[in-house]
Amino acid sequence: MKELSREPLNLIIGGVGGQGNVLMAQLVGQALVQRGYTASVGDTYGVSQRGGPVASHVRVSHDRSYGPLIPAGQADVILTLEPAEALRLLSELGNPSTVVVTNSRPVYPPDVSSGRATYPATKDLFGALKRYSSRCMVVDASAAALAMGDPIFTNIVMLGVLVGADVAPLERKDMADVLADRFKGTVLERNLAALDRGIALAREAR
Amino acid sequence: MEGIDVNAPGTTQLLMGNEAIARGALEGGVGFSSQYPGTPSSEILSVLAAVSKNMRIHTEWSVNEMVACEAAAGASFAGIPALSAMKQNGVNVCSDFLVNVIMTGIGTGGLVLVTGDDPSAISSSNEEDSRWICKWMDMPLLEPSTAQDAKDMVKWAFEISRLVDNPCFVRETTRLAHTRGKVVLGELPTERRTARFPDVWDMCKPAKSQFTSGPFGILHHRAHERLKRVVPLFEASAFNTYEGPEKPELLVITSGVCHLYCQEAVAMLGVGSRVGIFRLGTTWPLPEQAVRKQLERTTKVLFVEEIDAFTEGSVMEFAASLGGALAPRTFLGKRSGHIPSWGALSTDLVAQTLGAILNVPYKVAGRDAAYSQGLGEAAKMVPPRAINLCPGCPHRGSYWIFKNALAIDGRHGLVAGDIGCYSLGFIGAGFFQERTMHCMGGGVGVANGLGNLKEFGFDQPVLAIAGDSTFFHACIPALVNGVYNKANFIFAILDNSATAMTGFQPHPGVGRAATGDPAPRVDMEALCRALDARVEVCDPFDLEGSTRTLLDMIADESGGARVLIMRRVCELVRGRRDKARPYTMRVNPSVCVGDACGCNRLCIRVFGCPGLIWDQSAGRAKIDEAICTGCGLCADICPQKAIEREAA
Repeated sequence: MKELSREPLNLIIGGVGGQGNVLMAQLVGQALVQRGYTASVGDTYGVSQRGGPVASHVRVSHDRSYGPLIPAGQADVILTLEPAEALRLLSELGNPSTVVVTNSRPVYPPDVSSGRATYPATKDLFGALKRYSSRCMVVDASAAALAMGDPIFTNIVMLGVLVGADVAPLERKDMADVLADRFKGTVLERNLAALDRGIALAREAR
Repeated sequence: MEGIDVNAPGTTQLLMGNEAIARGALEGGVGFSSQYPGTPSSEILSVLAAVSKNMRIHTEWSVNEMVACEAAAGASFAGIPALSAMKQNGVNVCSDFLVNVIMTGIGTGGLVLVTGDDPSAISSSNEEDSRWICKWMDMPLLEPSTAQDAKDMVKWAFEISRLVDNPCFVRETTRLAHTRGKVVLGELPTERRTARFPDVWDMCKPAKSQFTSGPFGILHHRAHERLKRVVPLFEASAFNTYEGPEKPELLVITSGVCHLYCQEAVAMLGVGSRVGIFRLGTTWPLPEQAVRKQLERTTKVLFVEEIDAFTEGSVMEFAASLGGALAPRTFLGKRSGHIPSWGALSTDLVAQTLGAILNVPYKVAGRDAAYSQGLGEAAKMVPPRAINLCPGCPHRGSYWIFKNALAIDGRHGLVAGDIGCYSLGFIGAGFFQERTMHCMGGGVGVANGLGNLKEFGFDQPVLAIAGDSTFFHACIPALVNGVYNKANFIFAILDNSATAMTGFQPHPGVGRAATGDPAPRVDMEALCRALDARVEVCDPFDLEGSTRTLLDMIADESGGARVLIMRRVCELVRGRRDKARPYTMRVNPSVCVGDACGCNRLCIRVFGCPGLIWDQSAGRAKIDEAICTGCGLCADICPQKAIEREAA
């Protein structure tokens, strides 16, 4: 078992309801437990089936149980499937040493479409993420998934980015094993390809 | 990855609290489990149902919590260990049965009731603390803090239930129910029980062959006495733990996930040498001697629990009963205002409270004022994401029809709402049409009152709504009442063929059992017709035709309650089933005139389907291909007919 950089290591996996971040967090949790860590994965979502902010709190320890939610400002890594959600989570849970890893593709809420609210300009959004984190990695996982033929793979691409960014004690084999537990045949192959695409994206971005 | 039913003691799994409860039930030898879905506890039965064939147990989605609880008690009477789980609202539904079953006892099987409370009402209409029922009804109460506790306590709860011959309650909260944690598995029992209702009349053990709640005086007394049997176990329980100095300055008494909040808050503040934490896992009956031992450590006590001051009250009552034998203590908690008396707690909140009591300022580690202020300013650019109905949701069509029909009628008609996805009708997602919303079946019940006020000049049309699962759960008696008492209302059943909000569990109307096997389908339409009520079946996507039918029903005030079934399958169910979209949608840019239209972006701003977005550069509405489900409904609401559907 690799020594953790922090005890506990606090990881947020966030996005918008329907993007698949709850499954991502579950896979990460399983991989961590299989590696021998004590991990807890707390999902936070409201009554919304789709479209609301959703975040899973993953807490990794050598041997201790921590509360289901990360306290204010104590996230070590914030990984999101939607960039504005990264800033929402950073403002609650971040500190100057937090690492942000986000997909670049925005999901516009209805209030933006109707003109009641505005979505931040790319420059402002990524500028703030960089300024208030120790490191901010932005990748277009949606484009990578679309290139593979289905946006549904975005979350698994981001799982690869998490591994490739080297911010959690997880290697490709750990994630490949949990994917193999869940998927079989061509579905598994496509998910492994998405994982590898994500790892490559992270390497390019580093 | 092994399943929840693997018999591999000592191995580890990452289990959600609800999965851990299911595993604990299996380890405790459960043979029968019945439940009505309710967040946060729904997954318990889903998980058990998935392994029911392999484990040879009975699992069912019951029509409501009362039937679920009664069914489980029936199994227990015949010697089969039974578990019924519910959310806090469900405890109210089954309470009438419970108040009687504590008189009769539960037989030899064992009856475990799990309640998932929802602090901050994240997925509920209230944040009721269901623990009070245990004091009310002499039921032992266990409160797990972690997934491991949840598994271990549920297993133990079967033994406790048989010991006290009453149901044993296990109370989880949302944060435990939906958090995955490491669980070390125990052994699955190999012994298999035989079910038999005891048929030997034994005067010495009447409760064992007869389960009737009388004579109540003796039986009520016995229920009190039976509860005492668990006291020695609770006094010695390893679920009650103390950590901290021998004589702390402040003693924290806590339970549930709050235990973890307290531990982390003490560590964050660095006050481990000043604070002791007593975690109570066996909350009721209060293990008084164990509590007294802790109270003797110090004179200042803080209670940290969710939601009400339950243990706070128990301990203060006990302390008062000691009179002069215990020197006065300062009790801090909800009563004193140190802990909020509503809403979920958190590590931060506990840290702030401890900091204030101990005079150790709490600040977020690693953040200075400039960082917090700058980031707070920057975060203002993050747009809100309002709760909405899903793209393609049939309820959006139903509410559009209700809104228009009631407006055309012009007498300020109203929608009496209910519990389900369609509860969002009280906000913009349902055009603010829903005007009352309380409990399962509450809308049609309230309509019985509003519908009989003609004598007082009341002429507003009353439209009660409920979902199909809710119809079977709690609406039938109120509908019968409306027919019988000639209450003037229309009861619209929003039939999307699913218990959608809690995760698509089947119900009596869908023809499928909890196990996935085919099941008889109860025909709600035939059932309503049998009441001799007028029944119409409409499609929520036929905006014009359904509006006309509804207006005709509003005008028809001859026959009391009438039924309008708005039938279209939940879009998430359809999407999984069909994969392909029914239509390809597009906004014709030469017909949409954008902000020059005068509709003020009706499709996006009012209709509000997330699949419609605004193309800033073109100044027109457009379809978001990634979100649109191709349901086709929006083509009928555009005043310019600019939204076009083409069969996919």
